[in-house]
Amino acid sequence: MTIVEIGLPKRLVEFTLDGESVRVPEGATILDACTAVGKSIPTLCYGDTLKPANACRVCMVEVEGSRTLVPSCSRKVEPGMVVRTDSERTQHSRKLVLELLGSATDLSTTPHVDEWMSACGADPSRFGPDAETKLQPTTVDNPLYVRDYGKCIMCYKCVDACGDQWQNSFAISVAGRGFDAHISTEFATPLPDSACVYCGNCIEVCPTGALSFKREHDKREDGTWDESKQTRTTTVCTFCGVGCNLTLHVQDNEIVKVTSPHDSTVTHGNLCIKGRFGWQHVQNR
Amino acid sequence: MSRRKKTEPYVRLTQPLVRDAGILRPATWDEALDRAAEGFRRNVARHGPDAFGMFSCARATNEMNYMAQKFTRAVIGTNNVDSCNRTCHAPSVAGLAKVFGSGGGTSSYQEIEDADLIILWGSNAREAHPIFFQHVLKAVNKGAKLYVVDPRLTSTGKWAHRWLRLNVGTDIPLAHAIAREIIASNLANLSFIERATEGFEEFVKAVEPWTLPVAELETGVPAELIRELAHAYAKADRGQLSWTLGITEHHNGTDNVLSLINLALLTGHVGRYGAGLNPLRGQNNVQGGGDMGAIPDRLPGFQDITDPDVTARFNAAWGASIQPKKGWNLTQMLEAMERGDMTTVYIIGENPVQSEADCEHTIKRLSNLDHIVVQDIFLTKTAKMAHVVLPAAAAWCETDGTFTNSERRVQRVRKALDPPEGARDDIEIMSEIAKRLGANWQHMTGEEVWDELRGLSPLHTGMSYQRLEALGGIQWPCPSEDSLEPSYLHARLWESDPVKRGRPAPFSPVLHSPPVDELTEEFPFRLTTGRRLDSYNTGVQSHGFESPLRKGETLDLSPQDAAKLGVEDGEEVRITSRRGQIQAPVRIDDGLTPGLVFMTFHFPDEIDVNIITIEATCPIAGTAEYKAAAIRIDKLPVKVG
Amino acid sequence: MDLKLLDAEPTEAERVVVDLFTGMGRDQLLPALHAVNDRVGWISQGALNHICRVLHVPPAEAYGVASFYSLFSLTERPAKVVHVCVDLACQVNGAKAVCDRLTDELGPAGAGSGWLRSPCLGVCEKAPAALAFEAGEVAKEQLLAPTHAGEVIAVAAAGPSRVDGERAEVPQAGAPGLRLLKRVGVVDPESLDDYRATGGYQALRTALLLGPAGVIREVSDAKLMGRGGAAFPTGRKWDATARQPVRPHYLVCNADESEPGTFKDRLLMEGDPFAVIESMTIAGFAAGCSKGYLYLRGEYPRALHLLRNAISKARERGFLGTNVMGHEGFSFDIEIRRGAGAYICGEETAIFNSIEGFRGEPRSKPPFPVEQGLFGKPTVVNNVETLVNVPVILTEGCEAYTRIGTEGSTGPKLFCLSGNVSRPGVYEVPFGTTLSELLDLAGGVPPGRELRAVLLGGAAGGFVRPDELDLPLTLEDARAAGTTLGSGVVLVLDDTADLGSFLLRIAAFFRDESCGQCVPCRIGTVRQEEALHRLVGKRPLSTSAADLQLLREVGQVMRDSSICGLGQTAWNAIESALDRLGYAEEATK
Repeated sequence: MTIVEIGLPKRLVEFTLDGESVRVPEGATILDACTAVGKSIPTLCYGDTLKPANACRVCMVEVEGSRTLVPSCSRKVEPGMVVRTDSERTQHSRKLVLELLGSATDLSTTPHVDEWMSACGADPSRFGPDAETKLQPTTVDNPLYVRDYGKCIMCYKCVDACGDQWQNSFAISVAGRGFDAHISTEFATPLPDSACVYCGNCIEVCPTGALSFKREHDKREDGTWDESKQTRTTTVCTFCGVGCNLTLHVQDNEIVKVTSPHDSTVTHGNLCIKGRFGWQHVQNR
Repeated sequence: MSRRKKTEPYVRLTQPLVRDAGILRPATWDEALDRAAEGFRRNVARHGPDAFGMFSCARATNEMNYMAQKFTRAVIGTNNVDSCNRTCHAPSVAGLAKVFGSGGGTSSYQEIEDADLIILWGSNAREAHPIFFQHVLKAVNKGAKLYVVDPRLTSTGKWAHRWLRLNVGTDIPLAHAIAREIIASNLANLSFIERATEGFEEFVKAVEPWTLPVAELETGVPAELIRELAHAYAKADRGQLSWTLGITEHHNGTDNVLSLINLALLTGHVGRYGAGLNPLRGQNNVQGGGDMGAIPDRLPGFQDITDPDVTARFNAAWGASIQPKKGWNLTQMLEAMERGDMTTVYIIGENPVQSEADCEHTIKRLSNLDHIVVQDIFLTKTAKMAHVVLPAAAAWCETDGTFTNSERRVQRVRKALDPPEGARDDIEIMSEIAKRLGANWQHMTGEEVWDELRGLSPLHTGMSYQRLEALGGIQWPCPSEDSLEPSYLHARLWESDPVKRGRPAPFSPVLHSPPVDELTEEFPFRLTTGRRLDSYNTGVQSHGFESPLRKGETLDLSPQDAAKLGVEDGEEVRITSRRGQIQAPVRIDDGLTPGLVFMTFHFPDEIDVNIITIEATCPIAGTAEYKAAAIRIDKLPVKVG
Repeated sequence: MDLKLLDAEPTEAERVVVDLFTGMGRDQLLPALHAVNDRVGWISQGALNHICRVLHVPPAEAYGVASFYSLFSLTERPAKVVHVCVDLACQVNGAKAVCDRLTDELGPAGAGSGWLRSPCLGVCEKAPAALAFEAGEVAKEQLLAPTHAGEVIAVAAAGPSRVDGERAEVPQAGAPGLRLLKRVGVVDPESLDDYRATGGYQALRTALLLGPAGVIREVSDAKLMGRGGAAFPTGRKWDATARQPVRPHYLVCNADESEPGTFKDRLLMEGDPFAVIESMTIAGFAAGCSKGYLYLRGEYPRALHLLRNAISKARERGFLGTNVMGHEGFSFDIEIRRGAGAYICGEETAIFNSIEGFRGEPRSKPPFPVEQGLFGKPTVVNNVETLVNVPVILTEGCEAYTRIGTEGSTGPKLFCLSGNVSRPGVYEVPFGTTLSELLDLAGGVPPGRELRAVLLGGAAGGFVRPDELDLPLTLEDARAAGTTLGSGVVLVLDDTADLGSFLLRIAAFFRDESCGQCVPCRIGTVRQEEALHRLVGKRPLSTSAADLQLLREVGQVMRDSSICGLGQTAWNAIESALDRLGYAEEATK
């Protein structure tokens, strides 16, 4: 007989956050604690439906007694811990990480990154015009997805969403090593020949716009994508009886994109190809 | 013979149509509504209210379904209301309701994740219910064991710890053999059986003949595998048993369901956290349609139509006098059309011409009718046969309301888009017809309809829109606005107090009955049907987008059969059953065993598979045996020149 | 799982070697890739497909893993290839001249020309070095060290002539008082009898008598510190693992010696393989492990051959397997895993991912390996040298052991002397020996030359000036002097050495070996190399001072915010050269 764990009741843990005493449930991360007290920490590779990848290092904070800074998205609060989110070391790290990212990748469609950069005075051009970059042509090999890896920051979220954390299709993986590391199918085979099932769950979690739906990409290209004119309405998918929640992004009475609420106990932000793309029929009019 | 055609995407209906001199022509809304109402009045006047039938829609909101059954019962005065759940999961509802008193799956998705053992029986959830399968995989990745029972090695089966390949239509022998092995190995939960069930002794006798060797002969599943599954299920702390249409789409679908329920009763895998019985519903609101009373024998909240106390409450609320007897289900309605007892139907969002088995027969029956009103978003093949066509709004994105999912969770549906100019909300259209038939119906918002329902259905009383919003949906039962019930049903069965425990759950000593469409030398192949990941039913909606996965309809067969027939991948063949003949290209699938072939029903405009499927139906629930037709495959003659 | 495979089939040769893995799982991915590489020299689509089919691994993931290792090629290459070391010690000893001539005669490095540039091959005492490889039914590998361009060209054409290298040699061979090196170069490394005749397996007998807790107490009281670089107390690690209630526990012997300038573990494994096996067995006994993995770097063919022999002989004689040495209830066995060209796999958590069949990327800590290590189970990871100290402790007693070395750094220590030094090789000295004493042992810089600097601790270490040679070689003194002993690298540079090129090689090494997981290291190592190029080449972006500042800022973020030790230390040696050797002034002049 196999027994599957379902967790134990939680205690409270007390620690010091930027000089203030804070109590959080056992198992909470530093980031959870910051969010709870209204402190904003920038994150890129963190995903509310995913295990921490610890890759981007934007959310690093200082923990007294630790030789290095620690990732707030994954480090769990310990009793008596003394954490600083705004120390000089933290600021320096955040600034440099943003500069390094900005010097190698196109962050033009990454939400909030401009605010963060100006807040810490980051200037990615400091590394000079000859700094090696990841810029490359956009990949369009199917009618539903666009992959613009010049915008990829290697946050691992698409790989994790496609892999054993949600979709279990394993169509993509990180390949290569170091600066050459990149997201790829086996032998960079086009998506239609890969294990991809077009659930769009990778796009759902992509923090930079490196992955996008074809419709959104095309509208951005022809200048008709306008988020200020869009409404977002959450409803329920009609393609089977599971009851997946869909958030319809509507512009000019047209569905232009479908996402899924991450806090739904049914979907946790995930959908299948039908839920993600099967809306065109209502607007064949 | 059906030839292959290219499927054109359907275009939204934006203008009512009426039939004049045999031809559908555009009309104004007023004209069309008048015409619709007049036809109903004429037929009811001439033949009585039971000449009317309502095909309600398992894809529309709870609110629409509630109003559709109210229209049928209060405005027309009949109980002839049903929906397409007949084509898929009626046996699940019938079986669960028979044993436990209510027809819903007993567990929640979270419990699936926390299970130790999961059996998927006749279910390709990986493709047909992908997000449910994510919950299954959460459990599997945590160490739970997955057993898949299916004639085909599907993508679901490839995730299984063990795959039990059974012969099509031998589910009852397999279930009985599992039961017998559990009993013989002293693994039955005798204290649960004694406390919470009845009919155990008779059941023991019924399964006695199904020894492992006998079952192996009949089902094709090796005795050792049957034994392993029996022991694993009986010994698991939390066992989940889920099924889909592989169980229900048989001529004896309800018996199949009952044979699975027996296993849970035998082992106590029901009424506890993490253990349960869960049919996976194929349509977004097939659960809700039944819950709302859009079925011939139950009022909203599964209340018995023959119970005078129940009907009295509804009569008082509606100012009506409901007939205290069961109406006809969808299958019976189709038969009544053939006899001439049913002369008019109101079809909302359904496409029986293409979704029913043996569709030529359905067309013939519908042609007998005096008056057909179809309310839909597209001009479907069924709509093309109508006398009045009313353009509707799309429920899921153009109206406000609720749907109920496979875990009994009622969730809000919200209007995100305006319907195209000319299309109207379902409830509004229905109200207009009701008014024309003399009922005092005002147009109601979704929330107003829901609040009326909540007042009449104790299962739903505690679910205000506000609460549904705040809690991300609520599972029924929810009798009070102040509390939430456990996520699983039938905890009462474990109560020590017999009063709280209530009616014992009966074992069902069902008998094996092989598929009706017998395999013979003339028709040697067993054809079974199912869904593919990127398509949905008849493809009316799912073919609106371009899918890189979609390859069109094919006849899937094993490499061995392909070799024997001398056909290659992609080669067109002729497929003949006792009912008709179609042509389709071959696809070789090594997940199939010799003798078994597979098709979908996603491309009826190109290849109408339901021309060859069998209409043999389950006598209890009325679901057709889509899963087991007998066919012949012929290589086409090579063209000369 | 429902795998979707590519439409590609393996060749017959590929199929045969992959089919041997039938019935096995994901953790055999790296061995299966090796098997294909050994057979045909590269990983084709058909071969990868078949590996995925047999081991049930998604092809995208297998591709991600295969592309992580530099010894594998996912594009076609000839069966014969020579890896030419261009790393620190070889650079100092003429590797550039070798490569220049190879470029002239064979063409630029690449699969087509039959030779590739390689990071440190771990034979720094015989620099410059190269490793020839030829795939086939029996893959052949031949170490060429010291070598010259002519030899490389000849072997590149003819292929390697034998399966492994020459007998292990150390300059101190046979000298009295040696403990760790006492058998190296003296005793037949293939003979278990010879091993036992020289005291072998006495320590395991003692351990079995003491019981696990007793062994841990001895090792703790001996104050044995890890010799892999991090200097963590070994007894504490064993104790923490032994106390974990979750089973099984695993032991991993980290033999992925890849720090440039390090070759001591290779000498131990080649010269005294049974000692490594016995030591692992004792560690496994103490920490409650039933299985040990010996993760050997892919470029050590002779060590692989000798360790395989030692394990199989030990098994035959009951020193491994069930009821080891007749001790009821103690079962232990060892599996060798070959690395495939990835420095990062020497990181103690990256090694787990590599063994499990994933990309060799370090994991975030906590959780620490003693809680959740290999396959998520409590795991002890020890370096080879650390382990071979254990029999010394158990046979001499912890008190005697603590009398060797100093108060804070007990026991003997191995140092790898290479570069511009007269008698390069591995030396065993007690902790506390001064750097100048050690240099004297190795004969100092070649006659007529002046010492310029010593790189202590490896690429992740720091430089010591000629005026600092009285530094006692202890963990605490090195720390106080702002450097580290690291893995025992003592790389000597004389006045002929080109410090700029040397630093650029260090920067290139970290750029090449970064796994790419975290931003500071993935991009930082590239920016570090770019800025250093500008400094060394005197082609500043604006001013050299600004480039220097940029370099320091990048260095700081790598140190503060990288996931693992690689990124955290990638700036150490360069910073040390700038500040301790005055290279900052030199570069900004």
